Amino acid sequence: MELCDRSALDLAKMLKKRDISSREITESVFKRIDEDKGSINAFITLNREAAFKQADMADKKFSSKEKTPLLNGIPIAVKDNICTQQIETTCGSKILKNYIPPYNATVIKKILRDGAVLIGKTNMDEFAMGSSTENSSFGPVLNPLDVERVPGGSSGGSAAAVAAGQTVLAIGSDTGGSIRQPASFCGISGMKPTYGRVSRYGLISYASSLDQIGPLCRTVEDCSVLLNCICGHDENDTTSANITTPDFTEALKKDIKGMRIGLPKEYFVEGLDKNVKSNVMNAVNSLSRQGAEIVDISLPHTKYAISTYYLIATAEASSNLSRYDGVRYGLRTGGDVPDIINMYEKTRSEGFGSEVKRRIMLGTYVLSAGYYDAYYLKAQKARTLIKSDFDKAFEAVDCIVTPTSPSVAFKIGEKIEEPLQMYLVDIYTVSLNLAGLPGISVDCAENGGLPAGLQIIGKPFDEETVLQVAYAYQRIRGEN
Amino acid sequence: MDYDAVICFEVHAELDTESKLFCRCSTDSNSQPNTNVCPVCTAQPGALPVLNRKAVEYCVRAGLSLNCTIANHARFARKNYFYPDLPKGYQISQFEFPFCTDGYLEITGDDGNPYYVGIERVHLEEDAGKLLHSSGSLKTSKHSLVDFNRAGVPLIEIVADHTRNPLRSLKEARLYLEKIKQILQYVGVSRCRMETGELRCDANISIRPKGAKEFGDRVEMKNMASFKLVLEALSYEIKRQSEKLQAGETIIQETRMYDEENRVTVPMRSKENAPDYRYFPDPDLVEIDLDREFIKTVTDDTPELPEQKVDRIIKEYGIPKGDAVILTKEKGVSDYFIKCASLCRDRNRASKWIIKELFKLLNAASISIEKCPIIPERFSSLINLLSNGDITDSIGRTVLESMFDTGREPEDIINEKGLKPVQDTGMLREIVNEVIQENPGPVAQIRQGETKPIGYLIGQVMNKTGGRAHPKKTRELIDEGIRE
Repeated sequence: MELCDRSALDLAKMLKKRDISSREITESVFKRIDEDKGSINAFITLNREAAFKQADMADKKFSSKEKTPLLNGIPIAVKDNICTQQIETTCGSKILKNYIPPYNATVIKKILRDGAVLIGKTNMDEFAMGSSTENSSFGPVLNPLDVERVPGGSSGGSAAAVAAGQTVLAIGSDTGGSIRQPASFCGISGMKPTYGRVSRYGLISYASSLDQIGPLCRTVEDCSVLLNCICGHDENDTTSANITTPDFTEALKKDIKGMRIGLPKEYFVEGLDKNVKSNVMNAVNSLSRQGAEIVDISLPHTKYAISTYYLIATAEASSNLSRYDGVRYGLRTGGDVPDIINMYEKTRSEGFGSEVKRRIMLGTYVLSAGYYDAYYLKAQKARTLIKSDFDKAFEAVDCIVTPTSPSVAFKIGEKIEEPLQMYLVDIYTVSLNLAGLPGISVDCAENGGLPAGLQIIGKPFDEETVLQVAYAYQRIRGEN
Repeated sequence: MDYDAVICFEVHAELDTESKLFCRCSTDSNSQPNTNVCPVCTAQPGALPVLNRKAVEYCVRAGLSLNCTIANHARFARKNYFYPDLPKGYQISQFEFPFCTDGYLEITGDDGNPYYVGIERVHLEEDAGKLLHSSGSLKTSKHSLVDFNRAGVPLIEIVADHTRNPLRSLKEARLYLEKIKQILQYVGVSRCRMETGELRCDANISIRPKGAKEFGDRVEMKNMASFKLVLEALSYEIKRQSEKLQAGETIIQETRMYDEENRVTVPMRSKENAPDYRYFPDPDLVEIDLDREFIKTVTDDTPELPEQKVDRIIKEYGIPKGDAVILTKEKGVSDYFIKCASLCRDRNRASKWIIKELFKLLNAASISIEKCPIIPERFSSLINLLSNGDITDSIGRTVLESMFDTGREPEDIINEKGLKPVQDTGMLREIVNEVIQENPGPVAQIRQGETKPIGYLIGQVMNKTGGRAHPKKTRELIDEGIRE
């Protein structure tokens, strides 16, 4: 196995023993990227020169006797909606092409502090709006497992890069499933932490009350290592939770015997692909064989999740994206326009792609005088109901298991003309964002078919249980 | 037909905090353009607001001073609109759940009785940046420049309640604005300098037939840079609306702005074109809980209100009420007086001299007491010289003027200008004797028990000494000379 295909934890062990150097790992990663010559198009910007410098610095740390964090010297790719000082950050949009942030996002500060090697910025659906990474201004990302298929989205570049060995670790963001769904399509592990667990400072907002940064990795163990690094209260983000953070790797050691796992009946209905369903059920059975107790539960308001999500997310987005007006940074078109209104219109018409425009228009409508109560306010009420469904369910179970997405990776172009069909891809993931809950997707496909995601959902700030169950399942799979 | 006016103000006051409302940038208004800026207040992608606690304290302090109820839970909302001085494309303001509601302000009504003007709310919001146009306006300019130093500076908005005792006349309007300014300055939340835009006000005005209960259609007025212009605009608008109604026309609900040059109000936008701000709770900021403890701390930290200060100045310093009211009208003046009161033996003299003499000089130079070149310590020295009878009032005035021009110690000026009082008893006695001999008439009157002519004799001595005779000593010597 090449270095670029190994897990971060494996590499960390080898680095510690000084069997290998961070430079060698970094070389291996860039070699893989160069071989691919951008055909899966996972990256928007590569950070080659700086990455080697960071790798050398990490190697130096190993030779000096100071204690090194687990991430020291490990390659990491970051979704291009997370601000990196002096490295172009486009959010997958023409409107931010050539935009160089004057500051680092909090998560970037944290991974750099721990000595991770920043490989580059990964491709994504423009402003994280999409489920297939076909909505990027920098071209679609292809699924490395089948280049005719999408990698999922919106963190498709991060997921594809991990799956293709073009990085070891990746960071993405998840507003309605944008980490978990691409993880599921690319056969890797991806986690959305509890809302407030990871600082959003420097994450370019799509929907502020739903957005959360999280890890995309080869293994659940790697997810817990990366989560350890990036989580924690941040005084620059008022919505980040001021609570102590456990060592998430510790949670993996516990076994799942006696664990009560809920199976919501609303998640196993029409629309769920037969194969995905059987993969998920097989996974559930193997968890049961490990001593977990499987409990049938109901989340009755699930049917409102998608519409609730699209009302709230677009309302917030319509306001969050107002700052892209051509005045201070990013694209400005129409040097010869008669007035500022024309400048706004030209800039935003040319700068935003069609899905972004669709959502801005929908969100603007939702917040408009006379419609606010019927849409935005009602959606907030539905959100409360969805959240209380989970609260009730968690009185009886420790975690909940569902499919991540109703299907495996679909063909490129298959749904791009059908926004509503595309929206339904997120039917199993959006509820967690609405309720602020942590969730992980791990691969549960059998017999070498296309990957399928098993989603494990936890109580607020109980990432430990989520990781514990996911890890237990991954071990069972490894043993088989 | 006679009409009653219904006037309602929305007053914006810039808070006097060190840093901006949602970031750590300085609020200093004298900095070079775009130097007090950061990712948050220039709305870089991904930057998030963090609330300035001090600004909340100041907003609550203002609310308490205006007799408001302080909310247990408050929220910020986004007011969405595009304008190049507004970096995020929305202003963070408050909509539902402001910090302070249901207050009132007491003024003296036109009938001479106390009138409690209803205040709907006091809320906290951020200011926008400043635009600099190459010519005229954003519309007419070839290009415009933006300075984001002011973007994110905290403002409070004080919204009057038109249903609870609205203002009824220009006189009441003026009293209301003056009092708001006075209170905000007193409790230390804003400096309220209108000339630098720290205080801004919009006005809603409608008229209705005298005694009518129903409100007329309102006109909102913007763009008035001083109290004087506000009153001018209101006066024009009352006249315009009355004439319309007299002529059987209706008032169009619209926003108008005051054209200073031509002294008229002109339409800005109609009600149909009013923007839809699409307010919604800002998801980047959590709901704020204000517990009783916090409110108590703010209450305890709030400096005394003008009324309280009037009482204190009467009680502690023995100043007559009329003067105490004048001294407290502006916080700077009362601060100045209180400083002097601690240094002067004769506080009443200090008060009189501030009101009569110092004000005259300040007004003539049109500067505020904060910028007065005479520091209270030196002013007090002068008052003490007067109280000692070391110099006469007229020399005192000369010295004060010179102090005002130079800022120097009174003693230095007295020495330099040769205004030193004649204290030499021998020399003074000679002059007194001269005067007694030259004025046998008044001397005879005094000997018969009249006191009035003593003043006349003192005046004569002053004339002969160029006003420098020591007044007390002169009087003693006159008494002596006449008795002999």
